[in-house]
Parts: sequence; structure tokens; C-alpha cells
Amino acid sequence: MHSARTSPVRSIAAHAILLTYTLIALFPVFVIVINSFKSRKAIFAEPLMPPMPGNWDMVGYKTVLQQGDFFQYFLNSMTVTCASLFFVLLFGAMAAFALSEYRFRGNLLMGLYLALGIMIPIRLGTVAILEMMVAGGLVNTLTALILVYTAQGLPLAVFILSEFMRSVSDDLKNAGRIDGLSEYRIFFTLVLPLVRPAMATVAVFTMIPIWNDLWFPLILAPSEETKTITLGSQVFIGQFVTNWNAVLSALSLAIVPVLVLYLIFSRQLIRGITAGAVK
Amino acid sequence: MGALSLSQVTKSFGKTEVIKGVDLEVAEGEFCVFVGPSGCGKSTLLRMIAGLEDVTDGDVSLDGVRINDLAPAKREIAMVFQTYALYPHLTVRDNMGLALKQAGEPRAAIDTAIKRASAMLELDPYLDRRPAELSGGQRQRVAIGRAIVRRPKLFLFDEPLSNLDAALRVATRIEIARLHRELGATMVYVTHDQIEAMTLADKIVVLRAGKVEQVGSPMELYNNPANTFVAGFIGSPQMNFLKAGALGQRGETLGIRPEHLRITPGGAISGSVSHVEKLGGETLVYIKTDPHGLVTLRLFGEHDFAYDAGLSLDIDAPRAFHFDKDGQRLR
Repeated sequence: MHSARTSPVRSIAAHAILLTYTLIALFPVFVIVINSFKSRKAIFAEPLMPPMPGNWDMVGYKTVLQQGDFFQYFLNSMTVTCASLFFVLLFGAMAAFALSEYRFRGNLLMGLYLALGIMIPIRLGTVAILEMMVAGGLVNTLTALILVYTAQGLPLAVFILSEFMRSVSDDLKNAGRIDGLSEYRIFFTLVLPLVRPAMATVAVFTMIPIWNDLWFPLILAPSEETKTITLGSQVFIGQFVTNWNAVLSALSLAIVPVLVLYLIFSRQLIRGITAGAVK
Repeated sequence: MGALSLSQVTKSFGKTEVIKGVDLEVAEGEFCVFVGPSGCGKSTLLRMIAGLEDVTDGDVSLDGVRINDLAPAKREIAMVFQTYALYPHLTVRDNMGLALKQAGEPRAAIDTAIKRASAMLELDPYLDRRPAELSGGQRQRVAIGRAIVRRPKLFLFDEPLSNLDAALRVATRIEIARLHRELGATMVYVTHDQIEAMTLADKIVVLRAGKVEQVGSPMELYNNPANTFVAGFIGSPQMNFLKAGALGQRGETLGIRPEHLRITPGGAISGSVSHVEKLGGETLVYIKTDPHGLVTLRLFGEHDFAYDAGLSLDIDAPRAFHFDKDGQRLR
């Protein structure tokens, strides 16, 4: 990996820039986490100080765990994110395979149509989506959220995956056909393992907006049983008084699962790159 | 088992016709090579025989049975690809056995078939490795083994040697020739390399722009080309094409192979040496002439020539070919 032009100065400069960016990106997260362990007074007095024995206070976490059903909220968020992710990857990869592999009339137009969703925000259709969900009796169900998030994630998934699938060797797929593998076997056992790095990328890009979303849970599934963690945290933000301890604790807790999912996918991503010999 | 017959086979992508009515008979046990420049449709034609591309019009038959609409796996063919196309997640053994397993053969029969193929190709030490742990030559042998295991009626090879280095290419070429003798199977082989075509083929099919230019044994094509394209494509170094009028010969173009020119003082062709390639066993001399352009002369043994030295050549008249202005042979 070392190129002949790498000099220590260049390398230090690159690391300095990257470290600065990392610090900027992590700073809000850091502030949220340290303040979640402090008393309300200490949060306002010295927001940038780390928790000390004097101002240490777990009241936020206590509130979060006692008030509301936070475990249920977590479970809801997990269910919605994982299910949506599964469907986005499955349907996205299948559509991408069809677009990249088969010649049919309107292939290009279909590809453009599927990619159009990247540019049009799905929230523009909120009213229509709500009407549809009411008509379908899906309001206040996790199914409603999974359907919407699957639709939201598909355009980017199809776009990225079809580019990657074009790069999978035609000979390999043809060898499978001659050996009598079905198109499904070719797709699942030959093509998907080779585009695993792309799948991991799509998974990360799809997962984070879903986990963080407040809009659709608020509109489609605000009931106590179907609340997601982001929506659940909002109970502590009032019009006049905000329970900052509880809000910060809830947010700190909400980071954990998404971090775990991210670590799983990024490991897949690295493994995919290192094992990715096509020939 | 394995007589292949194509009749008026065409292929179009939208409005572009890439295969323009090919008729061909390949007898049982014959080694047939499709050769031609890139983009001439030879790989497309092979893929049509394999069933990987639809046939737009015409019939493809194997042993007298029309196979146009059969799925590739049902055609009793096997194919070896340029990029090996081994399944990366399977061991060598499973790579070779997959087709039989898909066809529902019993485990014992599959093992016997794998053993036979691996003994033929000396693959025994590698049976439990994955493709990523093999070298290029070994991978191509596995790919050939995968084809042998199926005992197909017809073997198809799509430029199988193009990804190998020069030494390995010669070794694998000899191996394929040996397999053809041992198996006695019908083989169709695609290449753009006329040396592979000459050394392997019983029958060469020269293709240009989706049409068959000439079909024949290697020596038929070498000694009796139908037109300037075949004459120029078969034989290395390439045949010289001279202006027949300037030499007082009939036709538009006179074709003469580099080995059929002689150095003769006061010969019909004169020019100056522009480049010399010494290969040890033979010497190639490139001579700048007027009006014929660059003429290649092939001499056996080692010879020295000064650059820009004047040289006169004469043709070995009985070995010359005459072509009309459309490039067709005058007999």
C-alpha cells in the first residue's frame, strides 16, 4: 500500500486533517454522553466539563428506565431498522441483478425510474402515505414504518448495487447456467457474495436515516406500543420545560445499538474487500 | 456422439445483425476452431451453441436434434471460459462435481468422474483447495476438468489460453490436444490467435463480421486461401500483398508468403532493408519497396543485413496467389 511518494510530512498532514475532522464529528456525541452523567445544574453551569464526583448524577438514566417503556422502544427501533434493511437489501439486490444482467425493452428507463427516488424526498408524499396507511388499516403498526422505509431505501440500493453487479464476471454466471444452476442460485450463491462490500455500504447508508427518523414514527405510529426510540425520547422535551438529563441519557442509550450494527457491517465490508478475488 | 450442425444461423441485437447466416457442419470427434479478429462474432456464435445467447433465426442441432430452445444445462455440452469462471466458494472437487450434483447423479458416480478427470489433469493434490489458492494454469486445468467430468457430447472453449503467460499457453495447448485425442470428443474452440488455430484444429472456420469466410483444414487454408482476408489471417508472419500490375502478373493483388521470396540480384522487387528481426532459427527482414510498401522476407538460419542496404527479391512464382480487386482468389 505504501507508495514511493509517501513522506512523513505528507502523512502527518493527512492524519492531522483526518483527526481534526474526526474530533469535529465526534464532539456533539461526546458532549451528549458526558452530560448525560451530570446533574442538571452541572449541565448548564459547565456543559463541557467531564462528569466529576461532585456533579455525578444518574438521574437521567433512572428517569429513562422508569418512565415509559424504553426497552419496548428499543425493540421497536431494532425491529423496524432490521426488517427494513433486510427488505431493502433483498429487493434492491434483486432489482439490481435484473437491471444489470438481463436485456429487455425499457431496461434503461426502468433503471432511471428506480433511481429517481434518490432525488425526490419521500416526505413530500407524507399525506398520501398516511391516507394509504389509514385505508389499509396499518396506522400504528410497525409494518407501516417498515413499508415506508423499504421504499425510501430502495432507490439508492438499486443504483449502487446495479453498478457493482455489472462488474461481476459474465463467465462465472454463464458457467453456473451451463452447470444447471437456477437464476436464483446464481444470484444468491455466486453474485451476492461477490458484491458483499457494496451490500455493506448500502446497509450503512440505509440504516442510519431509518434509526434516526422522527417524522414517520410521529405520523404513522405514535402509539405507546409502536414508538421508536427517537420518538420515545421526545417525551422529555416539553413546550416549557425540558428534562435534559433524561433526553441526554435516552440519546446516549440510543447510540449503542446503531453502533453495534455499524461495527457488524463494517467488518463485513473489510472482509469483503480482502477476500474479493473474482478470478 | 456429438455431431454439431448449424444452418442459416443468425443473431441480431436490436437492428444490428452480428451473425449473418452461418452454415456449418462439425463431424463427431472433430476439433473445430473459430478464428477471426476481435468483434467478428466468433464468441457470440459459441455462446449461441452453448445456449447462453438466443438464436434469432436458423437451427442449431446436436446429433440431429434441434437444440435452439433447450436450456444450456440440458444441451449435454460443457464450456471452458477465458477467465476460468471457477466458483470461488467451492473447493476444486466441488467445482468439478457441481454439474453432476445438479443433474442428480449418485454420489459414487460423481466421485468416480472427478477421480478420472483429476487423474487426467494431474489435479489430485489440489482437490480440497479453493480456486483462490491456485495459480492461473492450475485454475484453467480445473476449469477443463470441470468440463471433462460431465462427459458432454460437445466441448466448447472460449479463448481458454488468453489469460495465461506464453510458456503456460504452449503447455496447455499441448494438453488440450492430448485430451482431444484421449477423449475423442467433439470440440469447438474460439481464438483470435491463428497459431492456436493451426496447431489444434482439424477444421478451421475463419469468420469476419459475422460471416464465414472459409472453412477447411489448417493446410487447406494455408495453401489454398479463398480471399485476401483468409490469406492474410492464416500464417505468421503475414502474407505479403504486392501490386500485381507492377510485376506484370494477372489480377489486382499478388499474395506471396514471406518464406516464398528469394534474394535474387536484379529481381522483380527491389528496395532497402528497413528492419531485421533475428530469431535464431530464422531471420525476418522487412524491406521498404516501391510501389509495394513494406515487404517481409523470411530466411532460415542467421543472416546479417546492413540497414538501408539495397536488396532485390524474386517471387517463387508457383507459390504465389492471385486476387481480383475485391480480394477474391483468381484460380
